Amino acid sequence: MYITIFFVLMVCTLLTVYAATLDLNEYFSGLNIIVALAIATLKASLVVLFFMHGKYSPKRTQLVIICSVFWLAIMLFMTMSDYVTRLWS
Amino acid sequence: MWVFLSTEVLFFGGMFMTYTLNRSTYPDAFGEASRSIGLPLGTVNTIVLIASSLTMAMSVWASQVGKKKQLTTFLILTLILGTVFLGIKGVEYHEKFVEHHIPGLNYNFEPGASVATNAHTQLFFSLYFAMTGLHALHMIVGAGLLIWLIKQSLRGRFTPEYSTPVDLIGLYWHFVDIVWIFLFPLLYLIDRHR
Repeated sequence: MYITIFFVLMVCTLLTVYAATLDLNEYFSGLNIIVALAIATLKASLVVLFFMHGKYSPKRTQLVIICSVFWLAIMLFMTMSDYVTRLWS
Repeated sequence: MWVFLSTEVLFFGGMFMTYTLNRSTYPDAFGEASRSIGLPLGTVNTIVLIASSLTMAMSVWASQVGKKKQLTTFLILTLILGTVFLGIKGVEYHEKFVEHHIPGLNYNFEPGASVATNAHTQLFFSLYFAMTGLHALHMIVGAGLLIWLIKQSLRGRFTPEYSTPVDLIGLYWHFVDIVWIFLFPLLYLIDRHR
């Protein structure tokens, strides 16, 4: 039911705020941002799957969704790898 | 609509790319700038927007089972929550205006800030206003669509056989919520542990 998903989303929101106040970078460099993005991805997945009925959509719709995400991943990955491998003086 | 939303992923994605690059180049400035944004209002806004997604999903359900009164009620609730979100955003923007954190408008990050700090934090705020501004624009469009939906639902136009506009605008509204779900941690929660 939508209300259950809503409560999970609320828990995730409060969790992400709490996690931001902890210094997780002590344990693993960059852990804060990884946790924040992981929680955000979980929340977005719940919205896509249940509120937007992604789980109950035909396969071609699911393909369109996956393609958008894939495109975003390529753009972020390829652009960042370009910048990171430049040798600035 | 999903194909249109794919183009929206491209649209917002470009800004997320810019954000990723600039934040990785100036991590400390971004952290400082993010800490200067009020967290309570941002968190409340996130809760408000996710609640509006809930009411939107409920209105889609109501249209599919033919509960016309509930459909209109949930649509109106979604509109109210969306407007609350925009109102809080306005308050946040005003806070930034008063603190001289709007790029180009007498920008000064804090009294005694160095040129470099001002330059790099200004990058963050340019992205902050561009991204939340674009998001708010989408919310305003969504609000307009909701007003049209409410009018149509009051005329009894939506039945279990025909509720396509409700479905489609619901998808749009949820997408705008997803954008905010990512914007919130990326803009409000950088380096909050310092």
